[in-house]
Amino acid sequence: AALKDGLRSQVSAALKEGRVTPTELCQRCLALIKSTKFLNAYITVAEETALKQAEESEQRYKRGQPLGILDGIPIAVKDNFNTAGIETTCASNMLKGYISPYNATVVQKLLDQGAVLLGKTNLDEFAMGSGSTDGVFGPVRNPWSYSKQYKEKSVPKSHSEDEESNWVITGGSSGGSAAAVSSFTCFAAIGSDTGGSTRNPAAHCGVVGLKPTYGLISRHGLIPLVNSMDVPGILTRCVDDAAVLLGSLAGHDPKDSTTIQDDFKPFELPNLTDVSKLSIGIPKEYHVPGLSSEILALWSKAADLFKNAGAKVVEVSLPHTRYSIVCYHVLCTAEVASNMARFDGLEYGHRSDKKESTESMYAATRREGFNDVVRGRILSGNYFLLKQNYEKYFVKAQKVRRLIVNDFIKVFRSGVDILLTPTTLSDAAPYMEFIQEDNRTRSAQDDILTQAANMAGLPAINVPTALSERGLPVGLQFIGRSFQEKQLLTVAKWFEKQIQFPMIQLEEVKRCDNYVFQHQKSASSS
Amino acid sequence: QKVSVEVLDHLEHLALVDFRDSEGVERLQKAIQFADHLHEVNTDGVEPMDSVLEDRCLYLREDDVTEGNCTKDLLENAREKVEEYFVAPPGNIPLLKLEERDTFLQGS
Repeated sequence: AALKDGLRSQVSAALKEGRVTPTELCQRCLALIKSTKFLNAYITVAEETALKQAEESEQRYKRGQPLGILDGIPIAVKDNFNTAGIETTCASNMLKGYISPYNATVVQKLLDQGAVLLGKTNLDEFAMGSGSTDGVFGPVRNPWSYSKQYKEKSVPKSHSEDEESNWVITGGSSGGSAAAVSSFTCFAAIGSDTGGSTRNPAAHCGVVGLKPTYGLISRHGLIPLVNSMDVPGILTRCVDDAAVLLGSLAGHDPKDSTTIQDDFKPFELPNLTDVSKLSIGIPKEYHVPGLSSEILALWSKAADLFKNAGAKVVEVSLPHTRYSIVCYHVLCTAEVASNMARFDGLEYGHRSDKKESTESMYAATRREGFNDVVRGRILSGNYFLLKQNYEKYFVKAQKVRRLIVNDFIKVFRSGVDILLTPTTLSDAAPYMEFIQEDNRTRSAQDDILTQAANMAGLPAINVPTALSERGLPVGLQFIGRSFQEKQLLTVAKWFEKQIQFPMIQLEEVKRCDNYVFQHQKSASSS
Repeated sequence: QKVSVEVLDHLEHLALVDFRDSEGVERLQKAIQFADHLHEVNTDGVEPMDSVLEDRCLYLREDDVTEGNCTKDLLENAREKVEEYFVAPPGNIPLLKLEERDTFLQGS
């Protein structure tokens, strides 16, 4: 088995047949993490515990009793999920040194199925951002910056100014998770998605990024940003793998009362051959100013692909799309103001030395612990929640939210099954360019295409589609009906198979991976 | 319309984070300007939405104790503690007034 293989079809079989052992897989991933350290994708690498988990998995395989497909599979988790005994920092000084006393439900579920937790991935501080550049451990570098495909296309300005200043961002805020999956250091990673934080970096890093329906996967243990929109996200290299992860994570959790109580049945994705019964909606408002002509062309090509295969492709309208970012801005900052109130230094996290009064200690702790972005959102949120502003801003935003949700309901009721939109405005920007604008501006720009799905709680997935002229990945987004992940993923898988997105060509991976380099684009080739 | 110093001071009190510098205040001004676009939307007769799951019943579990006894684990992450107590500095002392506080807003 190669590090590039799909879970269900290749790796699982290889493990069962003993062609590769969990320990070997784990060691190879750990070695690759070390050799790709410059990506800064990981904040914590749990080497010892990972090897121990791998060893235990190996014993189970030897006895012929693996726990399931995920047994022995190396996984990475975004550092805003609690992991017992492992530091959870949210890339903030506020939680540096905080060792979680418990596992987030998604983490527990993965461990219960024998997955090997390699480490915690880097992110924007408290998941606030769209670049994975604003955490205290530094920015994450997009692995594609070091790919043959990107290097071939970039014109070096001078010999000394090559890779060091040319690298591009991963997008965010789950950039570390996306980079980890993209660079083959794990088979899947968990991210979070509040405004696009899983789909955005998935698009920039050329991986599949799934945002499940709100209420499907437990948020227990995910350090909250916006309680009414947060969801755990799934990042994998192919759609089939996303379905596997979804199957192991979805379902009611008594510890998260916002998870629905309906029975969830894990599913295998059918190989769709006939799309003639499908109706694809193209929301015209997603043709936003600033959308690169390249992506516009790809979006159009994708629509044609469906049309030519017999599907019904219709233009639809989501009239309140352009207000979704403003609405998000108000609701997000308001919920953040509330959620960040728990960080006062008393029970966990950073604590200032100030002793004069509780309030002065809290204020100093928060002054020392939070970065500008976090503080900015807390202050804005508090402003919108002031008595004199509550109706005008917060309640108003809640009303606009309903209008946005109604837009989607109307479109889906008209017979459309799936919406097809771009995921990002362009391919990944060079870091030096990205940091020219502040976090809020960037987030407002970058979240525009992904945010509405969070507003409405709908499932959405980024599927890597093609390489841009600069040799960087570009993805397209599919948005589905609530709790219709099977339909969404089936369509996404069909699309993935049609376009055959190229594999990243990274020197480090070639060196680490001893087996034959298979030109494997999707796992469904068996 | 600029936000008054009184409101900025009030926000620092409520949020217990500070504006730090003029950039911080500018950031708030821009955030408000941006949010004002919401008023372009006609929301007459529209109910505010709290949650996308509003049509469902919230899950309530039985009032049975199923876990606990983790005092030691919970105290582990606190810096200041005495026996089974988290130790806080004296309460009931309000944050210093604007003139006495070490804040950027002073002299505004």
